[in-house]
Order: sequence, then structure tokens, then C-alpha cells
Amino acid sequence: MRFAYYPGCTLKTNAKSFDGSAIVAMNSLGVELLELPKWNCCGTVYALAKDDVMHYIAPARILARVEDMNKQGVLKKNLRLVTLCAMCYNTLKRANNGIRGDPERMRKLHDIMVDKEQPYEGKTEVIHLLELLREAGFERLAEQVRKPLKRLRIAPYYGCLLLRPKGFSIDNPNRPSIMEDLLEALGAEPVEIPYKARCCGAYHTVERKDIVVEAAHKILEQAGKMGAEMITLACPLCSFNLSERQGEVKRRYQGFKEMPVVYFTQLMALALGLGEDVCGLDENHVDPRPLLRSRDLM
Amino acid sequence: MNEEVSTVTIYVIGKSYQVPANLAIMKAMEFIGYKFVRGCGCRAAFCGACATLYRLKGSYKLQAALACQKLVEDGMFIATIPFAPSDKRIYELDRIRVSPNILLEYYPEIARCLSCNTCTKACPQDLQVMDYVQAALKGDIEEVANLSFDCLSCGLCAMRCPAEIVPYNVAQLARRLYAKYLAETSEHLVKRLQESKEGKFDEDMRILKSLSKDELRKVYEKREIRV
Amino acid sequence: MASQTFRLSEKNKKFSSKIRGLSGEEIDLCFQCGGCSSACPMTTYMDLLPSKIIRLVQLGDEGVLKSLTPWVCSTCLNCTAKCPRGIDIANVMEALRQTLLRSKFDHSRLDDLRMEELREMPPIALISSLRKFSA
Repeated sequence: MRFAYYPGCTLKTNAKSFDGSAIVAMNSLGVELLELPKWNCCGTVYALAKDDVMHYIAPARILARVEDMNKQGVLKKNLRLVTLCAMCYNTLKRANNGIRGDPERMRKLHDIMVDKEQPYEGKTEVIHLLELLREAGFERLAEQVRKPLKRLRIAPYYGCLLLRPKGFSIDNPNRPSIMEDLLEALGAEPVEIPYKARCCGAYHTVERKDIVVEAAHKILEQAGKMGAEMITLACPLCSFNLSERQGEVKRRYQGFKEMPVVYFTQLMALALGLGEDVCGLDENHVDPRPLLRSRDLM
Repeated sequence: MNEEVSTVTIYVIGKSYQVPANLAIMKAMEFIGYKFVRGCGCRAAFCGACATLYRLKGSYKLQAALACQKLVEDGMFIATIPFAPSDKRIYELDRIRVSPNILLEYYPEIARCLSCNTCTKACPQDLQVMDYVQAALKGDIEEVANLSFDCLSCGLCAMRCPAEIVPYNVAQLARRLYAKYLAETSEHLVKRLQESKEGKFDEDMRILKSLSKDELRKVYEKREIRV
Repeated sequence: MASQTFRLSEKNKKFSSKIRGLSGEEIDLCFQCGGCSSACPMTTYMDLLPSKIIRLVQLGDEGVLKSLTPWVCSTCLNCTAKCPRGIDIANVMEALRQTLLRSKFDHSRLDDLRMEELREMPPIALISSLRKFSA
């Protein structure tokens, strides 16, 4: 099976392990994530103003490219675009909606895009990899697991943009369980934390680091108290805020214990027995390897 | 020999003029009496000094060209742009450690790129400017270097960019970093320099320098190029 | 808290309708239940609660543009999810930001960042921050 795949800027720079582990893991499951041959930054975060057209250009180009790929026979009528980054998922899905629901906007976008490519016809669908896995069935994933995660206590962190707004959520926004189901399939023990969908501070990490430090402290401390040994997530910004910012959290809160943060696809690659090298675990800011080694998972 | 040259109407600062049709914009403006003190340079499409925006009567499209190259057309509204303001960041090439986000570090405004393609439309060299700005955002320094190779830093893309990015500054840093840190060393260049240092070509040079102009011309015309 | 007499004028109606148009939200539906304020994780840093912002927009008080609140909002959409009347409060925050940003008011202070801070920043952080805060 082949899907058009949109990595997003950060998966090519700071979050290469997310990109790499996902492609390898899905490959082993018989799914090819085919990166768009040419793509631009999606321009996250989704522009909320009603009259906005300019900020739709970047998503429109990406969505149109999927249609292009299909016309060239590369996708076999599968016009679903898989994303990994939660922010790209939200931006692209909402932009898609905003284009399809507004013929005037679509017409303006045509005019702007005509210099470079075929206009977007509105046929692409945006999905997140977690949705794809659920669709195929987590039991089928479980069948492929060669190195179950030995009940390692892992807390899934959803963040905001996978679950909100309601119409674009990948699961029940109040009681999501998709990541817990994934972790069960991989042999881990999911730890539910009440703050699993509490904002990490997002873009405040640039000019209001203090907000992010507080948020990270709240979330990680609670995870620790609930017995989690590790956090897993699906967004490179959340990962930066919960992981790289731990140094700042430690500086502010003496006694704060560091916790490793990993992308869910890194856990998949590990559990599917694909070898440590493809998991990119050396790139995680708080090294998860000592913990994994101590439990004989590496 | 006086040929009959047709004339066209051009507009400079809103005033119309009749100029010969076979002149480039720069020459046409000098024809009508303008003297270029700024905004002109090599006159050979290499220095990027004569960036020009123009419109044609009947079309809303804003077009870009180099005044030294672009021939005048009938109904052309011309504005030469001698300079584009930009804040080139200060860096020491020897001290930079190349990382995927190095371009973002010096030019964080790249993150504002909307993929609107206005820069590409403004480029008189037909470069894929948006593509190289996006490559910069993705940390692909080699791609930025390759796509921006023919850039003249004329300033038009920077003037038009709604995100206020100065693409050619980013590209210049990328090309410098690529050449210094990422490109493969040219082995044959290193070898040739070594040979030269060892005096391999000293005798040949001495002979060439001793020849008269005519002898030199004969030798040049009879030269062999061995592949 | 001192009470304030508020006389609605044409200017107020104009401002209120501008924000309604930009956000596309039915702001009159708000009955001040305070759910958005309780759901918001960023209220510690705000001067006006989200529900208060909505009330001021209903009244068309342009002073709301001076509030820190829209700039502290992290677009987590908790408020939107909570609102029993289906108002997207995050949209209203964006409309307030855009009203200022579109008048050349730049909230982003990129120049204040040190090189070391920029070095570690993932592209997504800069992209989203500049999208929300720069004109």
C-alpha cells in the first residue's frame, strides 16, 4: 500500500528520528510512505481570520501536489495525505476544509497558483498516521511486534492539535484512547495522565519561555507521579517543549527528575524489532537508552 | 547608413516618450536624457545594479527585468530601482558550525515564508527563488546553493516579499557555507596546485613569457587541448 | 471592583461588528458562563479572562485591544471545545490580534533573541510564533 506523505520542515531538521523511524516502521508493515517529491512549509498555525487567503497558499500547494501525484499514476487513486506532525496535520486538514468550503477563496487561490502549478481541485484528504494505524487495526500491528515493550510504563501525551477543534479530532477529544491502544499493541503499559491534552505552551517557547517551562513542569511532574517512566507524543514542537526545555525546568525546580520523551514511531520501530539504529534514539534530548537497556529492550 | 528604426512609446515617471525600439531600457532612458549615476554597473547582466520593474499598457501584471538587457516595448511603464534595503547579518565563516538550522539562526525571518511565489515572479534571472527559500527552511544548504547560483542580488525579490525576507542574503550565506564546508574538495585542483608549487610548469611559463606578440599568437592558434 | 458606566455609541458598534466579521463568530450567543476561562491553561498570564474579553467585544470596547490576553493565548482551543454555545473563542482572539497586526503593529520581538536561543529553536517554533505574532 502506498500513501502520499508530508513530513513538514521540522521532521527534516530537528525531528529526523520521527521521520526516519516512521518510514521504516511502516515499511515493515507493508505500507510505503511516499514523501511528496516537492513540498513547501505548511505555514503552521492555521490562520483563523475569516477573510484570509494568503495563508492558504502554502497548504493549497501541498494538497494540489497530491492530486498531481495521483494524475501521474503514482498513487493509484489513493488521495489521502499522511502526516506525522500534529501541527501540520491540523493546519493542512483545517486549510483543506477552509478551501473546499469557500468557492470564492478557492477561485482566488487558483489565480495565485496558476503561475506555478495546476489549481487544487479539492480532492485530497488529510489524515494522521495514528488514524491509519487504527483503521488497519491495532491487533494487526500487535501481531507484527517482535520485541514487545515489556510493560514499560509510558504516558501518551496528545497535546492540543490532534484533538481540537472537535470536527478535526482524531479521537474522542474528551476521552482519547488511540495512543493508549497503540501502546498496548506494542506491549507497553499506557499510563493515563490527566494533563495528556493540556497545552505545552506551543509557540511561546520562542518569546515566553517561562510559560513553556511552567507547562512542561506541570505535565512531566504529573506523569512522574502517576508512575510513567517515559512520555510519547506526535508533535515536534511539543517534543521540544517537553524534552529540550527540561534543562530549564530543572534549573527552576530543584528536585525535578528528567524523563525521556520519544515519538510514537520510535517505539513502533523498536517493538517491531527493526533494530536500534533506525529508531534514532540517540537524537532524543533526554536519552531513553539507559532506561531501555535496563529493561532489556535494547 | 541610416536604417529606418521603428519607435515605441515608453513612460518614465509617468511621462511618455518616443524611443527607438531596438534599445534596452537603460539605453532608452539615456536616449531621452536621463543620466545614470546609481542603478547601473556592468551593463552586461552580471552585477545586478539595474533592477527594474515595469508594466505594459493593458496588463495589470508587474514584471521584472534588468534595464541593461531588456528591450523596450510599446506601452512600457518603467521604474528602475537602484537599491533594496537589507540588513545582512554579520558572520565569521571560519567560526560557523554548520547545522541544519544554521540559515534560520542567522535569518529567522525565513520562517515567515508563505510560499506565495512573489519572489520567483520578481526575479529577472528566472531563478526558482521560492524553492530555494523553502530549501533553506528545510535545512538543505546544498539545494539553496545550487538553485541560487545565478543570483545577482539585484534586490527585486526582497522588495516584493510580503514576509519581508531578503532571499539573496540567505542564499549568499548558503553558498558560502556550501563551498567552505559541504562541497567535496576538488582533488584535481589540489593536485594541480601542488604540481605548480613544485615547479612543474616553471619552464613552460618561462618560454611563453619570452615570446614576442606574433610568436605568442602563432603558438596560441596551434594549441592542442588534450582531454 | 468599581462599576463602569458604558454608553454604547456608533464607534462601539463598528468595532464590535469588525471583530465579528473577522472572526466569523456569533459573539452575541455568549451568556458569560465562564467555561472558556476555566478551561484556559494560560489564565495565570492574562490580565483579562477570555470570558471578559468576549463581553468587551460584545460591547464594542476598543480598549480590549490593549489587553495582554490575545498575546498570551496559545491557540490550544480548549475554550472552543468547552463553549456550550459553540463560539470559537480562539477565533475571536485571532481577530483581535489581526486587528492590531494589520495596522503594522508587530508583537514579535525577534531582535531580542540571542543567537544561542535561535540555534536550538526548531523551525516549527519560529514558524508558528512568527505566524501568530508578526505583522
